Amino acid sequence: MSADSPIVEIGETPLVPAHVSAAFVSDSVSRVTEQASPVGWWMVFGVALLFLGVLGLSVGYLVWNGIGSWGNNSPTAWAWDITNFVWWIGIGHAGTLISAVLFLFRQKWRTSVNRFAEAMTIFAVICALLYPTIHVGRIWALYWALPIPNQMAMWPNFKSPLLWDVFAVSTYFTVSLLFWFVGLIPDFATLRDRAKNVARKKVYGALALGWRGSNRHWRHYERAYLILAALSTPLVLSVHSVVSFDFATSVMPGWHTTIFPPYFVAGAVFSGFAMVMTLMLICRQVYGLKDIMTMKHLELMNKIMLVTGSLVGYAYSMEFFMAWYSGNAYERYVFINRATGPYWWAYWTMVTCNVISPQLFWSKRLRTSIPVMFAVSITINIGMWFERFVIIVTSLHRDYLPSSWGMFHPTLIDIGCYTGSLGLFFTLFSLFIRWIPMVAMFEVKAALPGAQPSHHHAHTEHAEPAHGALAVKEA
Amino acid sequence: MSEQAVSKRPVVYLAEFDSPDAIIHAAEGVRDAGYEKWDVHTPYPVHGMDAAMGLTDSGLGWIVLLCGLTGVTAAVTMIQWMNGYDYPLVIGGKPPDAIPSMVPIMFELMVLLSAFGAVFGMFGLNELPKHHHPVFYSDRFEAFSHDKFFVSIEVEDKKFDTQKTKELLEGLHSTHVELVEEEVS
Repeated sequence: MSADSPIVEIGETPLVPAHVSAAFVSDSVSRVTEQASPVGWWMVFGVALLFLGVLGLSVGYLVWNGIGSWGNNSPTAWAWDITNFVWWIGIGHAGTLISAVLFLFRQKWRTSVNRFAEAMTIFAVICALLYPTIHVGRIWALYWALPIPNQMAMWPNFKSPLLWDVFAVSTYFTVSLLFWFVGLIPDFATLRDRAKNVARKKVYGALALGWRGSNRHWRHYERAYLILAALSTPLVLSVHSVVSFDFATSVMPGWHTTIFPPYFVAGAVFSGFAMVMTLMLICRQVYGLKDIMTMKHLELMNKIMLVTGSLVGYAYSMEFFMAWYSGNAYERYVFINRATGPYWWAYWTMVTCNVISPQLFWSKRLRTSIPVMFAVSITINIGMWFERFVIIVTSLHRDYLPSSWGMFHPTLIDIGCYTGSLGLFFTLFSLFIRWIPMVAMFEVKAALPGAQPSHHHAHTEHAEPAHGALAVKEA
Repeated sequence: MSEQAVSKRPVVYLAEFDSPDAIIHAAEGVRDAGYEKWDVHTPYPVHGMDAAMGLTDSGLGWIVLLCGLTGVTAAVTMIQWMNGYDYPLVIGGKPPDAIPSMVPIMFELMVLLSAFGAVFGMFGLNELPKHHHPVFYSDRFEAFSHDKFFVSIEVEDKKFDTQKTKELLEGLHSTHVELVEEEVS
């Protein structure tokens, strides 16, 4: 039995319907990039461009007039900017989780989702990188954060988690982009070979690098893919851990806790899966890819959201427990203030969206219902934005001395910078959908039933016993 | 060149197959016949094909290891020199060259350089990008990226023989055998 077959003993079924062949996969996925876009695409793209314009105006105004255009002020020196940064980078994490971690765990169902999720990662990280960049105020001096000789003859402080963040996020972006491009090469070759006009042939041909499906190439290619997955797995854990160090290494009550790295990573995966789900539900509907992104895929993703949502809920309660158990008056106050202070509505929005809403997925009927999962995925994204807002703003606005307490009020530029980043994200995502195969065709083909040789040779590399044999041995 | 007419010379035999079982069987046949300059072209990686072709394990891991070690070394050298020696910074009462705070950047640079090693090492080993190859002269070859499987045997192979190689490929149940020719001016 091939390692790709479903394990019938535990009730697994094939991932895709029987009529899905390799040719069907190429045709249905490539078609999206070959035909004129549906009206819906133009509507999304148009609205996204509009908000991209809002972003340009807001950022331009901010850079020209200074950071005071935001509502950030003492004591809330970090507010929406860093909330947005953490939110976007968290969204990005699901892409790497799907492409790398699930690859290492040999989860074949990832093949239908990974291209999509990796694209989302890259665009989300672009949006995330925007905020620390503009938050420095004088963006023309941004290179001071890099180890480049400058006129002050000073070097960056390598003991600062903010500098670790510069390295972590830029490494993450670069590695994600490489991983994505490597995965695209065989699919660009498919588009090149299907191309009817010279321009498409030239552009996709250049991107395909002359790929000819050679097994002498696949040998190194698969190894490169495996190594990239093995590198990305600790990388993705490190990135949000380092983001959480920005908070955890400070001495702010509510931030200075050791639970932050795993808590942030779980939240990142949670929000990222929600975003993938939102986008996937729209795209499979609009482009008729229901046979490739099946209900089984959606259900598996909902299960991951249930797990990570529960982890996040555990972290919330553990923070409260530790605040009480620590005996630290400031720590206790921060948490009482979160739940009952002036930002109580943000806290309870967060709990409702992140902890309560995914619990619906315990029910099989609800986690296989498209409207329910669509609503829950959007709810989770809202909730995860509020989580970062709660962590940042409620900790800062009332820290130690009551004389320095204050409230945060967003300005129009805050709102423009946030909604504008959604415009940037959806502009990039629309262009991706239009021009790049949104499903990893070669990976889906490789995981189709019957795609791999049916008989095992004595000298093949995967000399695993059949699943049935394993079960008998264990019994 | 005095010749005006374009002449053609054979460069590669291309045999087409319909199924993963057929292609893996064919690869074993060509391997056992003792060919060296030949290849298999598939729309996706086929399990067990490396063994069927008699290929050794990819050496890419060694390149990546080297790059990863370079990344760690570069991080240590850079941080020690910049913060510990060239412009010592005492932060939080820690020694300027404290090791624990170096770890995140050591890790990140290790990952970054390893990833470069994996991708560009793979390009190097595969000689990519390379936009010209004799197999592209065939009109049928486009199907390799769709759902067909191909075996190619190059003329340069020592055992290549227009008749015998063709018989071998046909004997392996190829659905279509084609002698791909290149234009010589």
